[in-house]
Amino acid sequence: MSFLPYAVAVWLFVAGLWGVVASRNLVRTVLCLSVVQSSTYVLLLGVGYRSAGRAPIVADVPVVSKLVDPTVQVLVLTDIVIEATVIALLLALVVQAHKRFGSVDPADLRPLRD
Amino acid sequence: MSRRARLGLFACAGPALAVVLVLGFRGLPAFGHYHGVYGLVVNGVELSLRHATDMVTALNFDLRAFDTLGEEFILFAAVTGVALLLRELRDESQRGSAADDGAHSFSGASDGLRGASLLLVPLIVALGVYIVLHGALTPGGGFQGGLVLAAGPLAALLAGRYLALKRLAPHAALEVLDALGAAAYALLGLGGLVFASIYVKNFLPLGIPGHLLSGGFMALNSIAVGLEVTGAFLLTWTEFLDQALLIRRRSERS
Repeated sequence: MSFLPYAVAVWLFVAGLWGVVASRNLVRTVLCLSVVQSSTYVLLLGVGYRSAGRAPIVADVPVVSKLVDPTVQVLVLTDIVIEATVIALLLALVVQAHKRFGSVDPADLRPLRD
Repeated sequence: MSRRARLGLFACAGPALAVVLVLGFRGLPAFGHYHGVYGLVVNGVELSLRHATDMVTALNFDLRAFDTLGEEFILFAAVTGVALLLRELRDESQRGSAADDGAHSFSGASDGLRGASLLLVPLIVALGVYIVLHGALTPGGGFQGGLVLAAGPLAALLAGRYLALKRLAPHAALEVLDALGAAAYALLGLGGLVFASIYVKNFLPLGIPGHLLSGGFMALNSIAVGLEVTGAFLLTWTEFLDQALLIRRRSERS
């Protein structure tokens, strides 16, 4: 099952994207976007894995032991920070949209006037 | 965009997306057979060059320290944006004087839950400090530890006391914490410019691998990021909780 992590990443991406497309609630749209983003975590960690590799912590391990790639793990960390900030900003916009239009259905959004 | 328009767009773009996904994934290395050299080199040399044992932190706060600077300011800018979006509008006012402290307690919190969650606050903060300080040694660092630290005062919310949380972590203090962390990280980089003539280059002694004070300036970077993340997340959460619990339209006030 060597393709399983990639399949999970695709599944998360498509499922999240479908949620964004079909959503009737802006909060749900934002949460589905976070599902799309979590597919990139699985993809990055899957790409950097080496069979039987250990975590990239070199304390108490023999020098020759095989370690997984730390670069992609750093990228995942960056990814998580970006996701958290994007989600916070979008949810703040949803709060204001609800104040303005009294609804969180994306179909009820109108151009801002005045 | 209406739901029908979105579904229509997805129906057109979906097949193209499927083709791109299949093509892209066919080009990936088989799972477990990654051949990237950069990570191999980092794993091989970082212990002897920087005396750090956690490669992820070594990358984050040393080799990629400049990228982390950008990442930190993305966080800073986003939190500023949230505070701007969720400000008190002209037709709104904030409740929440000391007089109606009890009015904002969440109903349903039992005495046991209250006691236990107040007990949790110091424990969570201690864990957060540990994770921030040991970033160069074991999994952890400023981002992870800062988030744990931010969860500490949040436990006061479980005790059913939002205004207690606001006293524990006042808004102005959080703003200072956020700005201080961001500024400290940028200034630490300047230290590299002054003492090692390259921006964000390590300028501190490296210490003995495996000891708390090792890895050069990674620990300081980690603390700076930890402060900023703590401030940023608590600020974001309290902005949202203010909206839910305290800020009302003037006309709706009873």
